[in-house]
Amino acid sequence: MSSTARSGRSARVGPLAAKPDRTPVLAVDALLDDPGTHIIVCCGSGGVGKTTTSAALALRAAERGRKVVVLTIDPARRLAQAMGIEALDNVPRPVPGVHERGTGSLDAMMLDMKRTFDEVVESQATPEKAAQILANPFYQALSSSFAGTQEYMAMEKLGQLHRDALRTGRWDLIVVDTPPSRSALDFLDAPERLSSFLDGRFIRLMLAPAKGPARLMTAGFGVVTNALTKILGAHVLRDMQTFVAAFDTLFGGFRARAQKTFELLQAPGTAFLVVAAPEPDALREAAYFVERLNADRMPLAGLVVNRASRVPVGSMSGDQAMAAAERLAGRTDPDGSSTITAGLLRLHAERTRIVARESRLRQRFAAAHPAVPTAVMPALSTDVHDLDGLRLVGELLAS
Amino acid sequence: MAAQSANPSDWDDVRLHVVTGKGGTGKTTVAASLALALAATGKTVLLCEVEGRQGIAQLFDVPPLPYQERRIASGPQDGGDVYALAIDPESALLEYLAMYYRLGRAGKALDRFGVIDFATTVAPGVRDVLLTGKVYEAVNRNRRSKHARHYDAVVLDAPPTGRISQFLNVNNELAGLAKVGPIRTQADTVTTLLRSPRTAVHLVTVLEDMPVQETADGIDELRAAQLPVGGVIVNLVRSNALDDQARDRALSGDLPRELIEADLVAAGVDSSRQVVDGLLSEGREHAERRALEDEQRKRIGKLDAPVYELPRLPDGIDLGGLYELAAELCEQGMA
Repeated sequence: MSSTARSGRSARVGPLAAKPDRTPVLAVDALLDDPGTHIIVCCGSGGVGKTTTSAALALRAAERGRKVVVLTIDPARRLAQAMGIEALDNVPRPVPGVHERGTGSLDAMMLDMKRTFDEVVESQATPEKAAQILANPFYQALSSSFAGTQEYMAMEKLGQLHRDALRTGRWDLIVVDTPPSRSALDFLDAPERLSSFLDGRFIRLMLAPAKGPARLMTAGFGVVTNALTKILGAHVLRDMQTFVAAFDTLFGGFRARAQKTFELLQAPGTAFLVVAAPEPDALREAAYFVERLNADRMPLAGLVVNRASRVPVGSMSGDQAMAAAERLAGRTDPDGSSTITAGLLRLHAERTRIVARESRLRQRFAAAHPAVPTAVMPALSTDVHDLDGLRLVGELLAS
Repeated sequence: MAAQSANPSDWDDVRLHVVTGKGGTGKTTVAASLALALAATGKTVLLCEVEGRQGIAQLFDVPPLPYQERRIASGPQDGGDVYALAIDPESALLEYLAMYYRLGRAGKALDRFGVIDFATTVAPGVRDVLLTGKVYEAVNRNRRSKHARHYDAVVLDAPPTGRISQFLNVNNELAGLAKVGPIRTQADTVTTLLRSPRTAVHLVTVLEDMPVQETADGIDELRAAQLPVGGVIVNLVRSNALDDQARDRALSGDLPRELIEADLVAAGVDSSRQVVDGLLSEGREHAERRALEDEQRKRIGKLDAPVYELPRLPDGIDLGGLYELAAELCEQGMA
């Protein structure tokens, strides 16, 4: 992990003294309609509804007249089908069934990380060299299972889409979903991790024997290669050296691209939306992310809290409802209704407690980050797996 | 006296409990509850995490865990104990090197050349071999092990379902890479344990479409990789406040409005139109959710794995909540 990430975790950043009185409301439609918004990145920890949120925002923007492309990472199967992207071909396709208004349009694609990596290699190297790299076992392992590859390739794809958009004018808004990382910060750290690896002493170490005569090696190097051979076995080392030698000329390109994408994320046309659920873990990750975005001077648009329990109707408190339910339980019940009434009262009491707990959690977040505009998205009683569902989510987010 | 459970549990022969689940389903909570439940039967249990999230420390409200086994819970009298360990790949690698290679100078050189960083972040598969290797070491200790605590059971809070087969199938991950050599041998030994009946991979889910789908896919992948599938733990289950008949009536908008109003009057609480409307609509929403949940429950029933259910605690998870969930797991025979 990079040093920025480490320091990001070491000290909390906040107002130091604040009361959670008023949280500014996230103006979703204003964000979507602003022609200056070119990229929206939805980030947050796993399982908080990033994919649904990004798809819903993309659809809403398109139906409000923007030319949108949405990059999703791992959508639910039925949602992918509904959006016409169940075929993994790494190319944006028009989404069927969008109510287009004026110039609005919606394309969608699902990220194929290995293919994106292959394409970068193919675009950067001569055909012979590309073939050599693609066949290397070390490259194959790296491109399909390195823990940061998915994050890195999502960034790479975002850069590509952005260049396409500038060149062809096909899109004026890119919405990006981020991979289900261990922590939300991985997305920002992956490019730096990969480029620091590509830049690092280790690579130079690997390159030395492949490039020049062995006598150039230092004593320290000998110790290291011996140790690596002992641990990994000699042929792994050989594969790695071949890979690194073949990749050598591409490293500069990779670094430059990663740097460019990072700058793109810092540009004023980008808006980060941190997505969370009203749970301690998800909100803690959201807080880290908000602080990190500030530290890296990346434009934060706001926080989306998904799956919030709906506030119960009426003024009856949870305690009152519980007490009434107890009283009814002790009663004779000639018409069978009091079991039902007691059940309804218990449901009400339970919901009151859940809502109180969630709002306490949100208030704590707001006290630490009072300037972050927030949209609260009520939990739906049904799953979202078609465009109508996404439309409803979009409406609720904007209201 | 140790609180020995009277009934044999469903997983008595299992030494290593791997707990996975989709993000947001409460994987860490379930792993911690399972560790407590096993300890409640008098066992000494190790609870490990491998993702650097310090989720265990947060749940138990203790300082961040080091790369060192710390006792985080113990039963009254001489009941069981739960120890916890946060495994990070860097420490595991250094320990591994020290144990097998006595690399003094070379170990430092490795670090200086960025090799440690490389091996633990970039080299595919190596990270997972190191993490599972440490778990293997803890499981394989026996009573004769010197200077090391013996555990009756190890619970691993593992990576999420989408990555679990890849994580556990360390052999496969290394296949294209290391066909021979010490790291390969290490991976082979670990795989033998992971594929044996001494291991069970439990999957945590909630009653929603996507997590259930991921659970089904995860089970297929685990079986294809010959990894032993354990139980399915359904977490965050909604209460049973309304019986089947009442839920049907709620769905068809057929709840007895006047009688409910009369009940509220009898119970001495607000029985205004607004309150009754609110209760009825909450009842309908609950019934709708439950109907969807029942569909998911049916799908889970077809997965051919024992199923356990844990309730949604309205006040969230704290230490008391963990004990409550642990008691549920004991009652349902998981520990």
